[in-house]
Amino acid sequence: MTPADATPLVTYREALREGLRDALRADPRVFLMGEDVGRYGGCYAVTKSLLGEFGEERIRDTPLSESAFVGAGIGAALGGLRPIVEIMTVNFSLLALDQIVNNAATLCHMSGGQCPVPLVIRMATGAGRQLAAQHSHSFEGWYAHIPGLRIVAPATLEDARGMLGAALRCPDPVLIFEHIGLLNMQGELTAANTPVDMDHAAVRRPGRDITLLTYGGSLYKSLEAATQLAADGVEVEVVDLRTLRPLDDALIMDSVRRTHRALIVDEGWRSGGLSAELGTRIVEQAFYELDAPIARVCTAEVPIPYPKHLEDAALPSVERIVAAARTLVSRES
Amino acid sequence: MSGASANAPLGRERALDLLRQMLRIRQFEERCAKLYTELKIRGFLHLYNGQEAVAVGVMRALEAGDAVIATYREHGHALMRGVPMNALMAEMFGKRTGSSGGRGGSMHVFDVKRRFYGGNAIVGGGLPVAVGLALAEKLAKRAGLAACFFGEGAVAEGEFHESLNLATLWRLPVLFVCENNLYAMGTALARSEAVTDIRARAATYGAQAVQVDGMDVIAVEAAARAAVAAVRSGGGPWLLECRTYRLRAHSMFDAQLYRDKAEVEQWRERGPLITFTTRCKAAGLITEDDFQRLQKEADAEVDAAVAFAGSSDWEPVDELERSVYAEVQP
Repeated sequence: MTPADATPLVTYREALREGLRDALRADPRVFLMGEDVGRYGGCYAVTKSLLGEFGEERIRDTPLSESAFVGAGIGAALGGLRPIVEIMTVNFSLLALDQIVNNAATLCHMSGGQCPVPLVIRMATGAGRQLAAQHSHSFEGWYAHIPGLRIVAPATLEDARGMLGAALRCPDPVLIFEHIGLLNMQGELTAANTPVDMDHAAVRRPGRDITLLTYGGSLYKSLEAATQLAADGVEVEVVDLRTLRPLDDALIMDSVRRTHRALIVDEGWRSGGLSAELGTRIVEQAFYELDAPIARVCTAEVPIPYPKHLEDAALPSVERIVAAARTLVSRES
Repeated sequence: MSGASANAPLGRERALDLLRQMLRIRQFEERCAKLYTELKIRGFLHLYNGQEAVAVGVMRALEAGDAVIATYREHGHALMRGVPMNALMAEMFGKRTGSSGGRGGSMHVFDVKRRFYGGNAIVGGGLPVAVGLALAEKLAKRAGLAACFFGEGAVAEGEFHESLNLATLWRLPVLFVCENNLYAMGTALARSEAVTDIRARAATYGAQAVQVDGMDVIAVEAAARAAVAAVRSGGGPWLLECRTYRLRAHSMFDAQLYRDKAEVEQWRERGPLITFTTRCKAAGLITEDDFQRLQKEADAEVDAAVAFAGSSDWEPVDELERSVYAEVQP
């Protein structure tokens, strides 16, 4: 990257805002609606200043009626627009589950292909801010269970900015999960918004010994763990899943076939979760390549507790990832 | 249909038209009930017998550019919207020639060319989508409105209240049509709602609300035309409560333990077909021969639809996973 291409450091939050701005500028059919996206500037300040720039028609504050405004997004998409619906957090998306699961995910199929729903729903996800059990969920794995939906989790600045455009180009309902722990993350971002895809996983750090599969807020914990492990000669390949539905089986299996060991790091719960799906796919497709049982680092099976030391203990941590990786490589092949 | 003809005194042509439309729905569904016992139609089957005046009256007031969402009891609405009877019957059979390619069945009739956005089988689930369809009309500066049919049972759902509020707040062109047939499956309105006046519920949100005798097709059409004109003029949503009655069971599995036979018989005498036919005959607008002829015509169309559906192909199983995601950019 040349200095001319680089901007001053930007945050993940600002990258998300840039993505929104690009989308609103590029297509008059695009509009944004959700709770506090306008006057307030977004619960997490992601949409700050957009109301002034694009006006009330296109930056629409909604009542606290998740089911109505998500359903309205579905209807507006059917009516030819390209709505972006912001649900303040994944926790509140449960109030709109009927619309997401019974309508957005099914209309295309139930209508025999007549009613694709080109709707984008963004929401904050994840724990780590001592917000206790009702404000700390990670339900992206749940949503990844549902045929008809596309699920993506941008973890880098490029993806924070670019995945929205990819989602808007997709004719299907896309749910974008933005981890609250990443909002203040800073980095360099090229000035030009080069399109990104939302169909593939990405290797964020190559390595020969372990394939570490993760996404979203756990990516940086995983990269830190990989750095520590490298000091001891354990080379971890860190895969950022990026898309949770569909999963990029090809890249995942290619990596596992090279490293012969798999470690899955997921902020969701272990039971019946995304990590279980990933592990099973590896068993189904690459069982004979494995030199050790698949390992998982997930959130402890408790509602997220308020005290910091207990919340930290519940969530995947660098220490737990490092420990799991050491156990993996210590097993005889 | 022009507004002028609706406001003119009822003449023979319009009387025949209304009767034809109601009979077509009735005869189609009577055959569906029979086909259900013959196992040609499976799953849930919710019949509209007794409520035909609502779909006929309201749909006549709509334009081609308007969007429509109905419930799982939507065969009449689909026929009135112009969904060909062949495609509708094939959908009931689950055949690939069905209006939804067979994937939806009785409860999920779609025809996007005619802006008919389903058959929604979650009570209240269609209301937010109708709000969005209306929002699209407004933002795209088109003249259409969104008409949304639902039963009085939906009034107990949060989505009713969220949608009424949002549509009124944003002054969206939505016509909410509540078909109050007095029973949410088997639960009488008074057993589920503290306030049973549905107009009052809508008025809470500032929406205009009117009540009409849903057994009287003329009254329904007149009320619908007035509401449509007001909604189209940009004044925000209206709620039209049509007081009606479901003469058949909720679905084919319903033993109807929750209501007296005498009550059903009383309402049967008030049925939209009987009352309209009697009225037109008394006024000298139609004869018994007209009635018989229209019924025969409807039966012939149903016969042809059954033959079409029966001879249509099943979709090959290797296409199972088709249409889960869009095949083309919409």
